[in-house]
Amino acid sequence: MLALNEFLKTRGIYSLVLILFFLGVYGMVFSKNYMKKLMAMNVMQVAVIYFYLCLAQKDGGTVPILNGLTENPDAYVNPLPHGLMLTAIVVSLGTTGVALALLMRIKEIYGSVEEVEVLRRASK
Amino acid sequence: MTQNAPVLIVLLPVTAALLCMLLSRIGRNLGSWVVIASIVASFLCTVDCLYQVLAAGGTPIHYWMGNWEPPIGIEFVIDPLNGLIVTVITFIAMLVSFYGRPFLRDEDWLHVGGYYTLFGLMTVGMCGMVITGDVFNLYVYLEIMSLSGYGLIALGGKKSMVAAFRYLLIGTIGASLYLMGVAYLYAMTGTLNMADLATLLADRLNSPLFALAVACFVVGFGIKMALFPMHGWQPDAYTYAHPGAVALIAGCMSKVPAYSMIRFLYYIFRVDNVVVQHVLDVIGVLGIAAMLIGSIMALAQYDFRRMLAYSSVAQIGYIAIGLAMGNLYGFIGAVLHIVNHAFMKSSLFLVIGGIAYRFGVVNLYRLGGLNKKLTISTITVTLASFSMIGLPPTCGFFSKWYLLLGAYTGAQYFYIVILVISSLLNAVYFFRIIEQMFVQKEASLSEVYKPVGAKLGLPLEMAVPILVLGVGILVLGFCSVDIVTDIIKMGLPEVFVR
Amino acid sequence: MIILDCRPFLAVGVSLFASVLISCSRRHPDVREAWSIIASFIKFGIILSMLPAVLEGNVYEWTLCQMTDTVFLTLRTDPAGMVFSVLASLLWVLINFYSIGYMRCNHEHEQTGYFAAFAICMSAVIGIAMASNLLTFFIFYELLTMASWPLVLHERNHEALVASRKYLAYTLVSGQLFLAGVIAIYCISGTIDFKSGGFLTADMGPHWLLQGIFVLMICAGSVKAAVIPLHGWLPAAMIAPTPVSALLHAVAVVKTGVFSVLRIIGFVFGPQLLSELRIIDFVAWAAAATIIMSSLIALRQDELKKRLAFSTVGQLSYIVLGAALLSPLSIKGAYLHLVAHAVMKITLFMCAGLIIVRTHIHNVSEMHGIAKHIPVTMACFTIASLGIAGTPFLVGFVSKWHLALGAVQSGRPLFVVIWVASALLAAGYLMPVVRMAYFRKDPEEHTRKFGEFSYCMLIPIVATTVIAIILGVVPDIYPHFADLADMASEAICHGWTEGGWH
Repeated sequence: MLALNEFLKTRGIYSLVLILFFLGVYGMVFSKNYMKKLMAMNVMQVAVIYFYLCLAQKDGGTVPILNGLTENPDAYVNPLPHGLMLTAIVVSLGTTGVALALLMRIKEIYGSVEEVEVLRRASK
Repeated sequence: MTQNAPVLIVLLPVTAALLCMLLSRIGRNLGSWVVIASIVASFLCTVDCLYQVLAAGGTPIHYWMGNWEPPIGIEFVIDPLNGLIVTVITFIAMLVSFYGRPFLRDEDWLHVGGYYTLFGLMTVGMCGMVITGDVFNLYVYLEIMSLSGYGLIALGGKKSMVAAFRYLLIGTIGASLYLMGVAYLYAMTGTLNMADLATLLADRLNSPLFALAVACFVVGFGIKMALFPMHGWQPDAYTYAHPGAVALIAGCMSKVPAYSMIRFLYYIFRVDNVVVQHVLDVIGVLGIAAMLIGSIMALAQYDFRRMLAYSSVAQIGYIAIGLAMGNLYGFIGAVLHIVNHAFMKSSLFLVIGGIAYRFGVVNLYRLGGLNKKLTISTITVTLASFSMIGLPPTCGFFSKWYLLLGAYTGAQYFYIVILVISSLLNAVYFFRIIEQMFVQKEASLSEVYKPVGAKLGLPLEMAVPILVLGVGILVLGFCSVDIVTDIIKMGLPEVFVR
Repeated sequence: MIILDCRPFLAVGVSLFASVLISCSRRHPDVREAWSIIASFIKFGIILSMLPAVLEGNVYEWTLCQMTDTVFLTLRTDPAGMVFSVLASLLWVLINFYSIGYMRCNHEHEQTGYFAAFAICMSAVIGIAMASNLLTFFIFYELLTMASWPLVLHERNHEALVASRKYLAYTLVSGQLFLAGVIAIYCISGTIDFKSGGFLTADMGPHWLLQGIFVLMICAGSVKAAVIPLHGWLPAAMIAPTPVSALLHAVAVVKTGVFSVLRIIGFVFGPQLLSELRIIDFVAWAAAATIIMSSLIALRQDELKKRLAFSTVGQLSYIVLGAALLSPLSIKGAYLHLVAHAVMKITLFMCAGLIIVRTHIHNVSEMHGIAKHIPVTMACFTIASLGIAGTPFLVGFVSKWHLALGAVQSGRPLFVVIWVASALLAAGYLMPVVRMAYFRKDPEEHTRKFGEFSYCMLIPIVATTVIAIILGVVPDIYPHFADLADMASEAICHGWTEGGWH
């Protein structure tokens, strides 16, 4: 029980994030619908974002804004990963946008976003 | 001006690309000319940077963004090696940007503007990825390159949508894995600057986190550079991409991640530790498989573009085994092959674009009489094919020479066998094309669009880049020694300098 | 003494440049062929101008550029290379006239491509002859493959396609093996510069490694030298127009093959090392077997060009065998036979081509009494055939005499038997042609139609025949092939003591 607690305390969140990541990959590979693949892709990207945020977290840390009480960096969570992830979120938004645009065109051309159907019509 | 050249490489095209849509609204061709001009300027900046670096004896140029000192700030670092690669990229981008214009002659302002916006952004992404000195910044450029790449592939027509979408999914997995790797490195060292990472990592090389990070990078870049078996997206993407831009996509887009892989493995992680050694072994095996399977798959294709895509898989295998040898000559061979292959593949895809432009189809078995109709293209295809096979004095021979030397000095004799077999397979499928062009009856090609008054068989904007790259293959062959001794050997990773 | 002079590169470059000019003057046949002829004379002149100094023991050398970080693109005219380059450039002059006659009389297509590729081939041959290191050699070796491929493919029909693929398969594979060998040699010795007597030594690697590299290199060379069982491409390549067969497949391509064998034996490994490695006997026996077998096959060929092709296979192995015997006289004989065979075989092929153009006959069994219509040609044919068979006072005799002496000198008189046997066999497969042409009556004498005739074709034939006779009577005459061969073999065998290498 102690070991489990220790594990959950130190690595639990990372394991969950990794599970989420590979859940995303799994969805992208195995789902048969392009829209669902796209959603799974978003799940995967969110997992990466979580991963960074967890890295930044620390016990008893507070929002990284100088509050006048202390200048000790240990009192604040690491702001850099948050900054990075803002960029990553923008990128992920861009990717999703492009993907959605492509999906709309696919739907227009093939009348469906089911992989089987699209491939069947594409080969015709 | 000169001291700002490193940032102008990226800044000029990005500004032009962002303004392009607006300018295109004003005048249909205005935007495209601005983007082309910016890429030409960017090329001049890269030449200037490379010259500065070489004049300084190989000392890298560090450009601090907003004058923030690294590791806090983001920096651009131009050393001889990436100076060379970024010069090649902007050179090819410059040629291809002219080349794409005739394809858009009937399009409205929206398409012209969109095309050139994407094209400019893709150039930005590739250049930034090569010259940045910050691992997260590299991710941003990677995504800029990829997103605009998806767009350019999707512009190719109906079938290209699915190809672009699939590439988007796979490419995003690669980018996310890269981001995970960055997270591990950041967790270990707390820095994102490459030079800083290299020093801080030196005493943490035994940690399992490091192994995990290396694995993430290799898979991430492996997907982006289409290293076997992660090449699934490539044939469709190359086949259906916009014919005006495919030369840049095929020539440079998979070389840039290959270069980044070199940067990570040789400059940041150093190759002299156990983890990287094991990874190199894996890359070597993948490279061998890529060379054999890529070549064999290329034999089975009847679409010229698809054949070249599989041939790219094989050629990436050359780069991979050069990396995997882990010695000086293997490294030189790999870097030289990045440059050479960029030229060879771009020139072949330029010719394909020309064929598609004039005849509408790109079937391997319908190229008869091309030597009469498109003489310049025929010369270029012939030179590029010889280079692909590795016949002297074209440039492909010299990278093969260094790879063979690397294989022999590293006592990895099976690489020699594989290189020989792969060259012979290349010979089979490239001579098939040459045979088709010279031997087949002329009736098999029907003209779709014959340019009026163009003596070269194609509009001038297309014929000149084809000729320049074709001659470039020969020139690179004769200059390969200068590239090796004056540029690559100036910027060797520390492992080899000792 | 080494003279720094760019003439070797001029000799190579002049025909490369000519090929560009030829391609540009597609619409003016006379201009096009004038370029070719002018280039051939200039090339011959450049090479002859270097001859006196080379005969005095000097060497011309010029480095054009650096190829890799340690290897330079360098040409050097040593006596061995001089033999080959004088020969090739002399014969190019003659064959040029013959080509013009043949192509025009036969109304061939794609003549521009033909002359352009021909000129590139000659550049490659001169480059091979003068290459001073293995990489330069390899570059021209592959250039020759690439430039001769369109010539084999000249007919552009299915048969030519198959033949050209076969040709490529053989030559490209051998080229890649050669490259692997070059890399290995570079890595064990640190240099690939040719040196008389060889630059490899026994302490550079274990015996098995040196033996392995030698086998690799010799196999690669033997493909172009058409040693059985690696000869398959040569008869197939006879599909090409006859001047191509004459120059390339009796003189240039196959001669570069044997020349590369001579370079490998004499200038890379060296006879001293090879006699230690004890592997050269395999080469000698393979060559001996080739001599006999190819003659036997030639007896059974009805098509004249095929018969000559197999005769070539056998004669080339004379040279390989001469080199493999590793004695000064046999190596001298090998260089002399390089010249002798070229002169004789080019005569025979040109005669065969003229027969085809004039009478449209390809097969020996149809040549009833054709000597009546083409008396001069058949006279030349007879003289060249006698030369191949080794008749005294013809060029073939001198070289065979040296080869036989060399066999005795190296202590293997058994090989003399092979030469005698093959001389008889050569007479056996060439004399029936002569008999057929002179002593049989033509059954359809009055209905036979004759093609065009051109002095462009006849004069080169007579010229080579005269050369064959003159070289047979006075081997030392200008351009001193005998002296050059002597210098080359002495340089290679400078450590030779009476009684062998041990």
